[in-house]
Amino acid sequence: MVPDLDVLDADEAADAQGLERLALWAGQRYAPFVAVDYPDGLWLDISGCGELFGGEEALVKDLFRRVNGSGLTAQIAVADTAGCAHAVARHVPAGRPVIILPGDQKKAVGLLPLAALRIPTKVASDLHKMGFTRIEQLIAEPRGPIARRYGHELYRRLDQALGHAPEAMAPIFPPSLPQARRGLLEPIGTADAIAKVIGDLTDDICAALMRGGTGARRLDLHCERVDGQYQSVRIGMASPTRDARHLTKLLVPRIERIDPGLGIETMILIAPIVEPLRSAQADLTGDTHRGPDLGALIDALANRFGYDRLYGTTPCSSAMPERTVKRTTALRECTDRRWNAVLPRPGRMIEPPEPVQVIAMMPDHPPAQFVWRGKRHKVVQADGPERLQGEWWRAKGLEADSPYLVRDYFQVEVEGGGRYWLFRLGDGQWSSTGPMAWFIHGAFA
Amino acid sequence: MPRNAILEDLRSSIAHVTGDGRRHGVHPFGLDDIDDHLPGNGLATGALHEVLGSLDICDDAAATIFIAGILARMEGPVFWCLRWRDLFTPALDLAGLHPDRLTIVEPGDDKGALIAMEDCLRVAGIAGVVGEVSKLSTTASKRLQLAAEGSGVTAFILRRAAKADALIEGSAAQTRWRITASPSENLGIPALARPRWSVALERVRGAEPKSWIVEACDAQGRLALPAILVDRPDQQEAWRIAV
Repeated sequence: MVPDLDVLDADEAADAQGLERLALWAGQRYAPFVAVDYPDGLWLDISGCGELFGGEEALVKDLFRRVNGSGLTAQIAVADTAGCAHAVARHVPAGRPVIILPGDQKKAVGLLPLAALRIPTKVASDLHKMGFTRIEQLIAEPRGPIARRYGHELYRRLDQALGHAPEAMAPIFPPSLPQARRGLLEPIGTADAIAKVIGDLTDDICAALMRGGTGARRLDLHCERVDGQYQSVRIGMASPTRDARHLTKLLVPRIERIDPGLGIETMILIAPIVEPLRSAQADLTGDTHRGPDLGALIDALANRFGYDRLYGTTPCSSAMPERTVKRTTALRECTDRRWNAVLPRPGRMIEPPEPVQVIAMMPDHPPAQFVWRGKRHKVVQADGPERLQGEWWRAKGLEADSPYLVRDYFQVEVEGGGRYWLFRLGDGQWSSTGPMAWFIHGAFA
Repeated sequence: MPRNAILEDLRSSIAHVTGDGRRHGVHPFGLDDIDDHLPGNGLATGALHEVLGSLDICDDAAATIFIAGILARMEGPVFWCLRWRDLFTPALDLAGLHPDRLTIVEPGDDKGALIAMEDCLRVAGIAGVVGEVSKLSTTASKRLQLAAEGSGVTAFILRRAAKADALIEGSAAQTRWRITASPSENLGIPALARPRWSVALERVRGAEPKSWIVEACDAQGRLALPAILVDRPDQQEAWRIAV
């Protein structure tokens, strides 16, 4: 026995509240559609949300890391159907997020015990006594006799897990956020009609944002269909905005991702992330000298191509030229940081460097000629070497684990005027400084 | 009608017919040789320009810096739509294009790059948009030219790895430039002189094709004429006077 054991009564109401709080947080951060699966689960519909994180895998990893970091023990599964994700999350103790590839739910669910199907324990144990240990056995049996004995609930759950039957979930919406709602008299299904309603909703939500003195950084559009299913899309903005025209322009291209089914009867627009936005004050003289409206352009590009495809660059201190460029976000403060204006750097970089065959006098003469991609180039003039050394502490790259490695860079001009950037790995004298192999790393103007 | 007014009228109708109806200003190179040859004495802003390299990566690099130098001397943000990931932005900084002004878009293919360019071209106040593509259809060039005219943003199409003798589809671009590397001056010491390019104006509305040998962009994006050429008497002009 444990004499100093503290015994506390389960507080189910508080547990449920905590779970709802977690759901609202996940809804703000990861997916527009979040539903609570009492007592211990959450549904996240992450379809199309991966882009904001750089892929679904990255999204799930981030979620897993944050939930575990907060002291909870989580098991995450991603699958085509809610039923499959539910089963895998609870019955595959992988200790890391599990992603079931599209179309693989039958294979995945088939290997799990019947209890994974969200059926009463009594039914599961009865079936187990009859010899059904895995779901694939149930799939293989004819349905009639088993359904007569155990009810249709069993097969409804199975179909939901396999994606043959729809599953209605009630999303949880945060109450205090700016939102707009339109109940429609007649269910709509055409893109034009949806676009019209989106226009009305953005007007409403911008009025709500205006009252709060805020702008939206993220918007979720939920469409409730006649059959109780929700279709949701999410857009992100680089800077807070409450320009209804701009928001409409971002939402309308997403219509193609909404499957209206038999018709949409309610549309809800929510701004899960808002930031303070001061109202612009008009200049007294009437003429405004504002810069171009880059926020709208960057949002349009980012929502089309993804945020990771849109960036600025800024200098980053590193000894190795390929690492002197750091990516920044597209909308950024001016830093006025520039690269070294003396060192020559090529306009086109060949990364990773490609090996070339070189004829050069040792120890430190520039190449006399080199062969790259099967073409021989005769060097007319050259400049160099520029000796670079260091960064052996990095895990990747040429220098990894080789503290003495040296790169000697030469800028060479070949016949015809083309200029290339070549380097020799090694100082030309000591073999500990590198294998004396030559590489091409770029082409100059 | 006074004689001057008639002439002015005629000139404007000729300009209209030859497609020289610029709606926006021009941006001079700062080199009289090139500027005097271009209609309006400079590169038309709010228009589409094509710049070609060659199969040699050096020529593509030269074309890149040629564009960067032009944009460096303009004001406002620059959007660069990439298809390949080999652009090295420190080199653009060396040509005077400050990294704070530059935003890179990576659509990944020709179609995406053209869409991104068109999106950018609709926003007035941007200095310029560059799109790196391998092919440009006539329709796409018309779309870009119209978008550029509408906003006044200057657009550059950088055709990567363009073959020298490849048949080029008709294009709505105002100019077409082909930039290739050219041998630089021999300094007589083991060092490199300022790089030189052969800048060929292959097509321009309202003027004849011509080509120049220039010294590459300096840190402010300015081109220069090689010293020997500057001092040489203008032979063509001399010939004209003699006749």
